[in-house]
Amino acid sequence: MIRVVLPFHLQTLARCDREVALEVADSVTQRTVLDALEARYPMLKGTVREHVTLARRPRVRFFAAGEDVTHDSPDEELPRAVVTGDVPFMIIGAVAGG
Amino acid sequence: MTTIRLLVGTRKGGFILSSDSKRKKWSIDGPHFAGWEIYHMKASPLDPDRIYASQTSSWFGQIIQRSDDGGKTWSQPGSDGSEPKVDASGMPQGMSNMFIYDTSDETGKPLTTHQWYDGTQHPWEFARVWHLEPSLDDLDTCYAGVEDAALFRTTDGGVTWHELAGLRGHESGPNWSPGAGGMCLHTIVLDPTNKERIFCAISAAGAFRSDDGGQNWKPINRGLNSLYIPDPTAEVGHCVHRIAMHPSNPNTLYMQKHWDVLRSDDGGDSWREVSGNLPSDFGFPIAVHAHDPETIYVVPILSDSLHYPPEGKLRVYRSRSGGEEWEALTKGLPQEHCYVNVLRDAMTVDTADPCGIYFGTTGGQVYASNDEGDSWEAIVRDLPAVLSVEVHVVP
Repeated sequence: MIRVVLPFHLQTLARCDREVALEVADSVTQRTVLDALEARYPMLKGTVREHVTLARRPRVRFFAAGEDVTHDSPDEELPRAVVTGDVPFMIIGAVAGG
Repeated sequence: MTTIRLLVGTRKGGFILSSDSKRKKWSIDGPHFAGWEIYHMKASPLDPDRIYASQTSSWFGQIIQRSDDGGKTWSQPGSDGSEPKVDASGMPQGMSNMFIYDTSDETGKPLTTHQWYDGTQHPWEFARVWHLEPSLDDLDTCYAGVEDAALFRTTDGGVTWHELAGLRGHESGPNWSPGAGGMCLHTIVLDPTNKERIFCAISAAGAFRSDDGGQNWKPINRGLNSLYIPDPTAEVGHCVHRIAMHPSNPNTLYMQKHWDVLRSDDGGDSWREVSGNLPSDFGFPIAVHAHDPETIYVVPILSDSLHYPPEGKLRVYRSRSGGEEWEALTKGLPQEHCYVNVLRDAMTVDTADPCGIYFGTTGGQVYASNDEGDSWEAIVRDLPAVLSVEVHVVP
């Protein structure tokens, strides 16, 4: 199972815990993980990625195994520790505040 | 027992304020959707328990929420139609709603560009829903005014939204430009005597009217004079802040513009200034008394650079003559050291007798008057910045 950590506002929208576990059949990439997330929680469609283009929303970032993978190709395999479920794939709302 | 229900959208959630018909003691429920910007909540005039809400975030996009029980419970009506609303484990289903500009050959318009802040052309990009206007005659029909400016409509209770692309595709579109808050369609006024007639206002493009149910549109800005654009009397480019109408007199419209308060007595074909003796004719909201179409309310703000009341005194101004002659309403409002703003969707009137007036401030206060504005009381003082206020009388 792939572990995914969601930001607070998406937890409330999906009414789920901070971390969810997803079955990802294909190779584990940003795209397949987000596909699985949206299939399980359809109310999150459009919140992490744009509806039509599936482009990452500008203020959303992805961390994995201590790396910022936000700008990696969505089809690049995620770090091994995410694939094995040792660490979660983290969806982060970009920091903003004052 | 009659209930007066206020729907208050704020920067950090939605609140529902309720009172009996005396409008003296209020209960406060919320925040709903805590932490999200609630740009607007409005109930159907056919059923005040049917509420549409615009929940939005610069991070996570646009959500439409709907309540069928007066705000006790909410759901996202958007789904592909085949999904159950709740799955076997009780998990709510339905996705955030899609607002996709219609570029189809059949009903759409090409996605073009509009003027950007620096004068260059910029592609139309959906950002959020500013205003929701439920239909006057169908519970499941609701209009949505969005940024970048366009008009959408649902006819299935919010499950799907379709753009009425004739407005965005108007030939003047490349000359529209964003105001400081974005290029938003923020005002939708439906004519109760003619379901084909719709008025919209866009910052900064101006006012528009459709006489065929939203398919085709014409700018209605003759008489507007805006010194902050190259041609002050141009057909489009005016920063209209709000339009209001009394349902018994739909040919008369009132407008609060970036500067100037105006009225039209011919359905927007022409406008004349009625700022009269206001201390400043800059402001955002304008409202019409529920029982007197010639009594109107504005909240003057010092200027486009100084978004707070003149002299630090929060004053609602009332005209009983449809403009020109204004009186300050101050009883119960702070008359020193007050530097809040009242945004365009944040003032409304109820249909009780005497008419109640309500407004919310960027300082988080919601003020109510149960005597046509003669006196005011803060229902609540410390909400997040108020974006919108609507009121419904629930029988």
